[in-house]
Amino acid sequence: MDTTVANTGTEGKTWGGGNRPLGASYGKLMMWFFIVSDALTFSGFLAAYGFSRFKFIKEWPIADEVFTHVPFLHGQELPMIYVAFMTFILIMSSVTMVLAVDAGHHMNKAKVTLYMFLTIIGGAIFVGSQAWEWATFIQGDYGAVQTKGGNILQFGEKVMVDGEEKFKRISIDEFVVTMATERAEHERKNGLWFVTEETLPPYSVEEIYKGLEANSNILVRNQIINDEGEKTVLSREESLRQIKENGQLVVKGANLVVNEYGTSLFADFFFFITGFHGFHVFSGVVINIIIFFNVILGTYERRGSYEMVEKVGLYWHFVDLVWVFVFTFFYLV
Amino acid sequence: MAHAHKLEIFQGLLKFKSNTQKIWGVLIFLTIVTAIEVVLGIYKPDALMHTWIDPMEGGFFATLYNIILSPFIYMKPLNLIFIVLTIVKAYYITWDFMHMRDETSSLRRMVVWTAVFLICYLIFILLQEGGYVFEVYNAEDALIKRDF
Repeated sequence: MDTTVANTGTEGKTWGGGNRPLGASYGKLMMWFFIVSDALTFSGFLAAYGFSRFKFIKEWPIADEVFTHVPFLHGQELPMIYVAFMTFILIMSSVTMVLAVDAGHHMNKAKVTLYMFLTIIGGAIFVGSQAWEWATFIQGDYGAVQTKGGNILQFGEKVMVDGEEKFKRISIDEFVVTMATERAEHERKNGLWFVTEETLPPYSVEEIYKGLEANSNILVRNQIINDEGEKTVLSREESLRQIKENGQLVVKGANLVVNEYGTSLFADFFFFITGFHGFHVFSGVVINIIIFFNVILGTYERRGSYEMVEKVGLYWHFVDLVWVFVFTFFYLV
Repeated sequence: MAHAHKLEIFQGLLKFKSNTQKIWGVLIFLTIVTAIEVVLGIYKPDALMHTWIDPMEGGFFATLYNIILSPFIYMKPLNLIFIVLTIVKAYYITWDFMHMRDETSSLRRMVVWTAVFLICYLIFILLQEGGYVFEVYNAEDALIKRDF
């Protein structure tokens, strides 16, 4: 090899190579560049979310009414609590990661192993929590009716809580009047063989209307946010009229097409952004596991430097950083 | 690898004895900030739910005034607090967990200025456009009807 490289006479000079003006190794620098580009991807998503939200600013779902569940506490409305827990778990795993990096600087293999392990556990808890959050969101809780214009009508009644009139949501299951109807089911043998029938909505709009008619306490509220920052509740007559004339589809839960909580864009962005973030957490956990085994095998001990832990650490902190923003713009603002 | 860590945060107000201590200190700080956010998010104090300043009407300088003070005029104080606290959290995660504090200033600027400039630009463009589309949908003479 030596014979192919000519001496340029610039050795030791500024542009002669070999110096590191940024004081960081090649790998760390590239990790920083990747993080910048990934940050731009995420901000693209979040800015698009902001765009759609500004477009529908008067009717965007109120996050506190959507994410109210906590595992093992059925039927209690506890907005924010579980997401706050998830945020704390992720920050905590960031701390164990930075402690692992610190132990790496001191070449302390036992401590690096322990802290890497705790980081992986934290990441796994977070991904699991997010899966649960998704499942709860997809399953839905009260159900709603979608109008011909794609808007959502929800049900509830006015109750007095501490001398204040509040709107309490009622599940469609509680008042619906089910009617026996017959319809021909599509099967592969009697129709197009390559098409299967989609899952049907739980009830028809007519059944909902019958139930609404029978229960005079139930009112409908639409998506429009009023001056008090709450969704508009319609009068009894208007409730009946809206369901009868405009109701088209009974919706329970959320997916990429319909969303019982409000505009379907909300669900689309929720799945897309938290899904993309969750995928980052998942890949972070996988990379952490690989590095964890390398630490156990003593790869970095032999190499004489734990810089690899530092590089995955950067990625892991970045995932935490993104979550801080997702938390704010999806659950708080 | 002996790394020199800068051990003070809050402009030198708080100085830690070791890097490990600093990490725990930052954790406590981030936890407090998150707790404040959650408490505000649950209780939503009425005083923070309405904007404090109204937009000025008429003239070039009124428009300029509205643009300069737009975070206070068009945003609920609560949301402004959330966004500021988020940026504070992001700062400490980047500076202390990602060791940005210990990097050379050229690396720091290369990463932070680029990202901050591009993200601000993107947010400005998209939110501006979103507000415009809202006007198209909801103005008095709008030809689009979605509530049927």
